[in-house]
Amino acid sequence: MSLARRIIPCLDTDGTRVVKGVHFEGLRDAGDPVELAMRYNAEGADELVVLDIAAARDNRPTFLETIRRVAEQLAIPLTAGGGIRSLEAARAVVRAGADKITVNTAAVERPELLSELSAEFGAQAVVLAIDAKREGGGWQVRIRGGRQATSLDAAEWARRGVEMGAGEILLTSVDRDGTQSGFDTELTAAISKSVSVPVIASGGAKTPSHFLEVFTRGAADAALAASIFHDQAQSIRSLKEFLRGSGVEVRLPC
Amino acid sequence: MKVTLIDYGAGNVPSVERALRRLGAQVETTNRPEKIGAADCLVLPGVGHCAALIAALDSHALREPLITAVGRGAAFLGICLGLQALYESSEEAPALAGLGLLPGRVTRLPENVKLPHMGWNTLKTFRATPLLESVSSDAYFYFAHSFAAPAAGDETVAVSAHGREFAAVLEKGNIRAVQFHPEKSGEAGAQVLRNFLRAAA
Repeated sequence: MSLARRIIPCLDTDGTRVVKGVHFEGLRDAGDPVELAMRYNAEGADELVVLDIAAARDNRPTFLETIRRVAEQLAIPLTAGGGIRSLEAARAVVRAGADKITVNTAAVERPELLSELSAEFGAQAVVLAIDAKREGGGWQVRIRGGRQATSLDAAEWARRGVEMGAGEILLTSVDRDGTQSGFDTELTAAISKSVSVPVIASGGAKTPSHFLEVFTRGAADAALAASIFHDQAQSIRSLKEFLRGSGVEVRLPC
Repeated sequence: MKVTLIDYGAGNVPSVERALRRLGAQVETTNRPEKIGAADCLVLPGVGHCAALIAALDSHALREPLITAVGRGAAFLGICLGLQALYESSEEAPALAGLGLLPGRVTRLPENVKLPHMGWNTLKTFRATPLLESVSSDAYFYFAHSFAAPAAGDETVAVSAHGREFAAVLEKGNIRAVQFHPEKSGEAGAQVLRNFLRAAA
């Protein structure tokens, strides 16, 4: 009995459709979130993340409807986020069917949001998303979809976020995101070793070896990817078979 | 099968309801004491902080009807916090009394592993139970918790481990409970719920 490493497909949506882009820019349509969710559920995804990357304000009804439709089809955990800035907005997302809420910019601007969410839903439901960019010898936290720099160090912010109530860190390398050149294992290991909660690595995945590296050298508890799964360039099942063959414990559904 | 799903505001009530309906159960979601007291088949879901569950049960006056229903033989399934609430107390909410249907105390998992224990883990089963019928012995289930029940109790039919072993499946007469989330555990979880409904019928 030991905890399996998780493979998590991510659906970046404009509220209703799945979209994709490089470095958070140049978006194009990549499919229907419900169809993709059903496929990933059947293929053995361990969780699903659905983000509203175009969210300009709280409680966008179209996104809530998307969460509802995806949750209806899913028998695995669902994390939702994008533009959640208040407890009220988080409640709407949970009521729509999300098991976890992910927050990013809003938590940087008002860290108390993490405590409010944790008090209401429990730490296991609060995922702090951190976009980190290499800067000198460390990593700097970026906000607003990676576009805006902050003065925060990523490892310090991760530790602070956990103290405030986050139960998991979703860590995206801004340098690697969309490049398909592999996860930033150095960044992932640095953050994973500095916090007591699970870390989901994100940004740069292409090959099964990239996943193996981030689970071994990167000490990631879970790994997230989007386009390689959407394009069917990589099936989740064959990825997991590769990982198991390489000695990484993963869940292979029957 | 008619299932009375206890709704005290827990985050996972809708997903448990969806999972039970998918299996053909007729689900009544309620926080009314008289309905819970009269139920034949009760499900207590839960996720988050143990104090929130205990406080909510007491503020809706559900503690006595729940204990009464279980006492007269209603089929009961506790999920996650719904398992932990069965014990006398929890380290997570030391000032509050649990339901006391099982002896012992829920304690925090060790600090040498990442908490919450979040993700898919397997079971080690000690004895046969209807809940695990037709479930493969290497099946994975989804867990999301930092506190857990003792592994050693007579009611423990299966354990899982994260830092230490803990009770993952319990059975004592008509009382059954699982630490994992069957409603989020894919086909293996659906089979556990199906088994519960069959055993309760």
